[in-house]
Amino acid sequence: MHGFVPASTASLPAFLLFSAEPLAHLRSLDIAVIAIYFAMVIWIGFYLKGQSNTSEEFFMAGREMTAWIAGLSFVSANLGSLELMGWAGSAYQYGILATHWYWIGAIPAMVFLGLVMMPFYYVCKTHSVPGYLDLRYGRGASTVAAISFAIEMILMSGVNMFAMAVVMKVVLGWDISFSIIVSSVAVALYVGLGGLRSAIFNEVLQFVLIWGGALLVPILGLIQAGGVAGLKTQIMHNMQTMGGGVAGDSYFHMWRDLGSFSANPMGVHWTGIVFGLGFVISFGYWTTDFLVVQRVLAAHNLRAARMAPIIASFFKMATPFIVILPGLLGLVLLQNPDGSRRQLVGEDVVAACTTTNGQVEDPAACSAAMSKTSLPAAYQQNVLNGVPGSELHSFNQALPLMMVRYLGPGLLGLGITALIAGFMSGMAGNVSAFSTVWTYDIYKALINKRGSDSHYVLVGRLSIMIGVAISIGAAYLVMHAHGIMDYVQALFSIFVAPLLASILLGMFWTRATKWAGFIGLLSGIVFSASLFMWVKLTPSALADVALSPDAKPMAENVFRALWAFLFSTIVIVITSLLTKPRPVAELDGLVYGATKLPTEEPVPWFKSEYTWAVVVMLIFAGLNILFW
Amino acid sequence: MHGSKIPIWFFIGVLLVAYGLIITAYGLFELATGQLANVALARLHAPVWWGAVLLALGIFYMVRFRPGKAN
Repeated sequence: MHGFVPASTASLPAFLLFSAEPLAHLRSLDIAVIAIYFAMVIWIGFYLKGQSNTSEEFFMAGREMTAWIAGLSFVSANLGSLELMGWAGSAYQYGILATHWYWIGAIPAMVFLGLVMMPFYYVCKTHSVPGYLDLRYGRGASTVAAISFAIEMILMSGVNMFAMAVVMKVVLGWDISFSIIVSSVAVALYVGLGGLRSAIFNEVLQFVLIWGGALLVPILGLIQAGGVAGLKTQIMHNMQTMGGGVAGDSYFHMWRDLGSFSANPMGVHWTGIVFGLGFVISFGYWTTDFLVVQRVLAAHNLRAARMAPIIASFFKMATPFIVILPGLLGLVLLQNPDGSRRQLVGEDVVAACTTTNGQVEDPAACSAAMSKTSLPAAYQQNVLNGVPGSELHSFNQALPLMMVRYLGPGLLGLGITALIAGFMSGMAGNVSAFSTVWTYDIYKALINKRGSDSHYVLVGRLSIMIGVAISIGAAYLVMHAHGIMDYVQALFSIFVAPLLASILLGMFWTRATKWAGFIGLLSGIVFSASLFMWVKLTPSALADVALSPDAKPMAENVFRALWAFLFSTIVIVITSLLTKPRPVAELDGLVYGATKLPTEEPVPWFKSEYTWAVVVMLIFAGLNILFW
Repeated sequence: MHGSKIPIWFFIGVLLVAYGLIITAYGLFELATGQLANVALARLHAPVWWGAVLLALGIFYMVRFRPGKAN
């Protein structure tokens, strides 16, 4: 998993370390549920070893996946536990606005990938996004993309590993090293044995587990809250009680209050949501990210490859039910031991109120941090006095807290297993993607072009082991240098916009040249990284990047992506006009207008990808109107 | 899954049946003894009906996608 992680999770694992008592206590039933999961994933790995002996099988799952399998693994590769917990926490903070990252931030791009871009990825028989760049622009752009992907993926794998270890420590009290060792051994085994096929199998498994484990929480929560109407009434009442600068019903409107940065809880503007998130970040991720595109490339024919993202889009659209809704329900249903409403706070407040032996280490800092929240004065005093039952919990703990609230023995184990599965499939996805990029786009392309097929499979298996080892190193590095989390998670947002510009122009403009692709991509990455560092070092620069003094941190990513995309586009266009293009005949299979797309066999309307694309877009439009 | 002797759905079915049995059994234990877990809405006996849903889904997948039968 990587991609869209809300800004608040950048420091999620670091500050979670400061929590004291575990949130949940597992019974033997829960342990059995978790143990069965681990046994299953390793059994799958051993079973699939016999079907992963050629490079096509190991790296591309034999290109045999059905549309459903490719589609579910496509959406599941993105549905990681860090994201689940982070977005539930964001929903707690910002309300239904968080849903934008699941709707406009995903659906149009997924449909575009399926209907428009998949033919090019599939027809050119590439194994990866850098592979397409190599065919279109040559080795320069491909190498920049490959190295960036490789670094990003292996670091994200380590971040996933560390995040899982910390979440298990906070929720269950497990030792961090124990979680790291168990998860890395399991991932190394099942991916090293079964390759991409094993990673895909486990992603589909994870998808089912997440729905099976997490769906019960919003169901029971809605029953207790009195349905959606009851939830809305209570949130409005709580917002009035807590005060704050935004009207309570802003929590239930997706577009109404986006005309001004200061009118909505998130501090964003509709232009950033539509153009920054809805276009650049969304299209940049869903159409070019190596990890998710690799799953669709594994489909068994072009129709399945086109249908897979469409299938995935339905499930992506439904995900807010298990992610956003628990965060909203947490606003009214979470309770302190004395029955009063429990209010969650930011990671920085939890860190400022670290306790030792039940006593706050720095009362002055804790008091100052809590004074900026809406915690009742009496509760703040209890925290300072170390009164049992008055611990602080962060926004990102909304989902595990809701799980502990409703799920008894067995069911809690299933919920925890869903979180574990989410983390592990994220690690596995990143490690298998790293292995493919390393083996094909770096080792085979630059180091050893003449190896046998079995040699590359061996390199792939070894790179899985090495990738897991590097991930463990990255996990411990993040543990001891918490600030690195910000930079690792920023890699995706720094890289995605320039990559989108390169690929879109390469795919739709025959005039884009080799030098333009390379320079546009590289300079775009530098530009995006510079904007990131500018805001990091000078927080007031956010007002310049987002063009408003009222912009809040969540706006930074979307506007930075927009500017980086425009910058890369301009550089690519200008450079193309100044350099020599390739003959159009050489662009067959790579560029729209120069490619004769294969004719697909006609199918009944209900099996056509176009039919279901129309259906999903109608539902998408309807939902945005419903929650206007 | 196309190209594999045992489809992924069969594995999923096995897992859901295992979980369904465990959770439903615990739910029936709660019903029989009256000893409810200390969670909100325990009186709704979620383990019984949610476990039954998982079990039913798991049986469906195991039967529908059993090796040799699935496409």
